Amino acid sequence: MQKKKWIFLALLLVIPGLMFSVSCQKKLVDASPKPVTEPEPQPEPEKEEPPPPVVSKTPDVIMQEDIYFDFDKATLTPAAQDNLLRKAEWLRENSDVTVTIEGHCDARGTNEYNLALGDRRAESAKAFLVDLGIAASRITTISYGEERPVCTQQDEECWAKNRRDNFVVN
Amino acid sequence: MILRWLRCTLFIIVAIFLIGPIYSWAQDDKDQYEYIDISNPFLRKIPLAVPLFKTETGSQEAKNLATSTAELLASSLEFTGYFKLLDRGAFLFDPNKDGVLTPQINFANWTVIGAELLITGLFEEVGGNITMELRLFDTFKARRIIGKKYTGRKNDQRKMIHRFCSEVIKYLTGHRGVFGSKIAFVSTGSGNKEIYSCEFDGYNPQQVTRNQSISLFPAWSNDGRYLAYTSYKSGKPDLFIKDLAEMQETSISEKGLNITPAWVPGKFELAATLSFSGDQEIYLLTGSGKVIKRLTNIRGIDVSPTWSPDGKKFAFVSNRSGSPQVYIQDLASEKVRRLTFEGSYNTQPSWSPKGDKIAYASVVDGRRNIVVMDLNGEEALQLTHESGDNEAPSWSPDGSLIAFSSNREGPFRIYVMTAFGTDQRRLLVMTGEQTNPKWSMNDFNN
Repeated sequence: MQKKKWIFLALLLVIPGLMFSVSCQKKLVDASPKPVTEPEPQPEPEKEEPPPPVVSKTPDVIMQEDIYFDFDKATLTPAAQDNLLRKAEWLRENSDVTVTIEGHCDARGTNEYNLALGDRRAESAKAFLVDLGIAASRITTISYGEERPVCTQQDEECWAKNRRDNFVVN
Repeated sequence: MILRWLRCTLFIIVAIFLIGPIYSWAQDDKDQYEYIDISNPFLRKIPLAVPLFKTETGSQEAKNLATSTAELLASSLEFTGYFKLLDRGAFLFDPNKDGVLTPQINFANWTVIGAELLITGLFEEVGGNITMELRLFDTFKARRIIGKKYTGRKNDQRKMIHRFCSEVIKYLTGHRGVFGSKIAFVSTGSGNKEIYSCEFDGYNPQQVTRNQSISLFPAWSNDGRYLAYTSYKSGKPDLFIKDLAEMQETSISEKGLNITPAWVPGKFELAATLSFSGDQEIYLLTGSGKVIKRLTNIRGIDVSPTWSPDGKKFAFVSNRSGSPQVYIQDLASEKVRRLTFEGSYNTQPSWSPKGDKIAYASVVDGRRNIVVMDLNGEEALQLTHESGDNEAPSWSPDGSLIAFSSNREGPFRIYVMTAFGTDQRRLLVMTGEQTNPKWSMNDFNN
């Protein structure tokens, strides 16, 4: 009986939460610290509006998506922020799971510095999720620097794929 | 009064330390710097003749051993980059007939083929023991400079030869050279990145770690007994300090990163980057892994410390200005200055043993190359050009050579060059890729 009550209460909170998510998104994106990204976020959330229902149907796909970074940067791009919003939704719905964020880098740098950069990439995604209300205790981070590339060609297309955070649901 | 007396005593002690060695060198080797000026970037190689050794006992095995010993002597000295080894085919010398002692040598036979230095060997093998008498001659002055006798087991051959090489180089440069040093590096040969070590010339590579995980950034303690490194063997990047004598390990496994160890010269302490605070900062640690204090304190990445030889300063990489650059911090005053301004990616600093230069990897036109910079930040000399990526420079203990990692022939391998960028050659051939070389101290300093 008690459990059902809790589930009902949780649903009461989650459903309005989902309904408000569009306005929430805008606020959070606007609050991001990079002035460079100002013009981008406004059209983007509108495009992203259809995905949320899809999110709740196939939750794992959202967590399997990597987010990508610019060269020598650990700041979240608008696309990465949108992706993290969707991940936050899923994490709210699946409140019993924990996640490990792996920070990765491309091979153009040197591996000492890249380990530190990967650490920052994982931490910036974690901080964003924590800001969205996901408990910090549910998220661990690890940096692999340039040690675990998904792509080994020496071109920009490949480097871009390697500059990523990978999310492992535990 | 007391203060004055103390100052006076201190002055005398310092004076003794300073003048003592100079005086004794001057006595022993009046003209040692006549041969090699190690500060000269356009070094002329000295023509050196190393004929085959004379053997007294006649067995073929002894003769073969004598030949391989002479070859080892020649190749070891050639490794330094100071010498031009002369072709034995041109020698007017037969080790079977001609003598190797000063009065028996016809120096004109050597000066005529251009040899300025000559090393002769008298080799004997008795019951698994070998004895060799090695002599270095100045052919133009027609005199012996060094004469040494070594006795040992057959498998001490390398050690004996390298002791003599050390004597030769000390006479010619004032430093003991690199012959008692090792190079640690990372290799993927086993399928994982593991730490290996080999002798200074690439001989006898040995696998040091069997973590079956990613292992990186080897760093030798001053006495060569401990090897600090980073490994993911417990699932995350932790720091390990391996006692090579006892084969024991201590670990530093704070939350986040535990990477890029660098031993403080002359102390059982090391600096390393830890990120448990949420920021990648450099800390000073005891050799047993306890945090002594935090050394850097600024938001952003601080990584890859390297110590000045006196242990009073360290250089490191920071992105506090927006891109990775090399900075120098004074340990006591905590004053920081930026060393590199050219380019937007300067990492992997390595402080020279003489203290006057810092080598680092710089991204130039999209490729990593090795640059050596004066401490004032004015004279930057790029040592590698148009040969793939070149990174992770590490100075030899005498400052005459730099080991580095390059993919110029495809996979990353370890290479060695002189401190002026000449004589670039591959150190060893192994399966997999080799990176992160780190040169040890020289254990022939005694």
